[in-house]
Amino acid sequence: MSEVKYSKEHEWIKLEGDVATIGITKHATEMLGDIVFTELPEKGSNVEKDGTAGVVESTKAASDVYTPVSGEVVDTNQDIVDDPSKINQDPENTAWFFKLKIKDKSEMDSLMNKDEYDKFAKESSS
Amino acid sequence: MEIKKTSLYKLHQDNKAKFVEFAGYQMPIQYSDGIVEEHKFTRNHSGIFDVSHMGQLFIYGDENLIEDLEKIFPLNLKDLKLNHSKYSFLMNDEAGIYDDLIVTKIEQGFLIILNAACKENDFKILSKLLNNKHKMVLDENRSLIAIQGPKSAQILNNIINGVEELSFMTGNWFLFEQQKIYITRSGYTGEDGFEISLPNDLVEKFTKRLIEKGAKLIGLGARDTLRLEAGLCLYGHELDKNKTPVEANLKWAISKERVSKGNFIGSNIINKQLNDGVSKIRVGIKPEGRVIAREKTKIFNQSDSYIGEITSGTFGPSVNGPVAMGYVENEFSKKDTKVFLEVRGKKYPANICGLPFYKKSYVKGANK
Repeated sequence: MSEVKYSKEHEWIKLEGDVATIGITKHATEMLGDIVFTELPEKGSNVEKDGTAGVVESTKAASDVYTPVSGEVVDTNQDIVDDPSKINQDPENTAWFFKLKIKDKSEMDSLMNKDEYDKFAKESSS
Repeated sequence: MEIKKTSLYKLHQDNKAKFVEFAGYQMPIQYSDGIVEEHKFTRNHSGIFDVSHMGQLFIYGDENLIEDLEKIFPLNLKDLKLNHSKYSFLMNDEAGIYDDLIVTKIEQGFLIILNAACKENDFKILSKLLNNKHKMVLDENRSLIAIQGPKSAQILNNIINGVEELSFMTGNWFLFEQQKIYITRSGYTGEDGFEISLPNDLVEKFTKRLIEKGAKLIGLGARDTLRLEAGLCLYGHELDKNKTPVEANLKWAISKERVSKGNFIGSNIINKQLNDGVSKIRVGIKPEGRVIAREKTKIFNQSDSYIGEITSGTFGPSVNGPVAMGYVENEFSKKDTKVFLEVRGKKYPANICGLPFYKKSYVKGANK
């Protein structure tokens, strides 16, 4: 099993080989509320660590989605564009956002593990 | 300034409300079901809204009261029957809107429901205009709740027998626990429903009874998506002191008879705009895709010229797509005019459309 890591912007990232799958955490969806619109990066485009790589909108407001690592977008999840409510239903599994062919695995090092993130999420929401 | 709480604050907490500050009040934006579910529940069943932050202004006076109020509001108050309500505006000399409000004729006077963010200022303006000739009470001892949706009449009638008989935009006094409560058949969601004005110490008990009968508490988030789908204006967004009722496409609310005589504040401008037309006007806007154009989104015509701005925009759960309202230059206000909305630097196609986005007829009531 590959390890899942987490960013302070509430993204999760799962690395398999040199391809990373990225989505937003359950905690993020709980803060956002009902998600009704999703915009994803273009396939083939390059995104930079901590740069914006998409948008999610709830009934209340729009929020940027950041990428926790740099890389080339090799796949995007059209299912969550067609039905954004899927993100609320299964954020950390089937409702992934995009896949990156990553440049530099060491960018993963500064990210949090599950325990660290859970603690961070709890503190940042209180 | 200390943030105020309504008398239902504890009940909101008990129902796991998420709170936001709104007009100086701690108000529930949503409960655990979330905005989309709360919205749909109101459309299909019955939702309870705490609108106690809104102002309940009672004005009592002698025979001069009607005449004095007609100098302020563009309404034919002489012919307004007891317990009948009208939508109207408090305006400045340029017909800019200080507030939009509901005026109801009651014994010895009027009850005026004011927006929360405007009520203190409205009170000052009205006190000055009426020169303290009449008794004015901005009643903080009463709460206001709305119950909206197709099951509301049945649910409320279970508790207050006879409310089913009320026609749309009429009201009456009823008794609950031997105390007088005032109920009107009205609301702001595009659904059949009622607004209930009652003493603060009764509101929690009353609301719990409604919940027992199957209604659910609904937050301000769903109230906003519901009113937007219904094409209804929100003060501070579609309406403010730089916009007139004619520009807001609300001329239906202005008495024709009063306009022809013209002796109310702002009547010169209203008259001029009704005769000559307006340069900008409120319209409904439907984006073609799923993109949501929020407030302040710029609107462009097909030749890429700026023609206006969005005043409210969200996702409409019953429409199952994005909906918006805004102001555009009059020549681009025709239904089906293609426009472009600039969202995050990109221009997305949209169409000017008729309002409401979601239509359901208000129940006229059994008497009429």
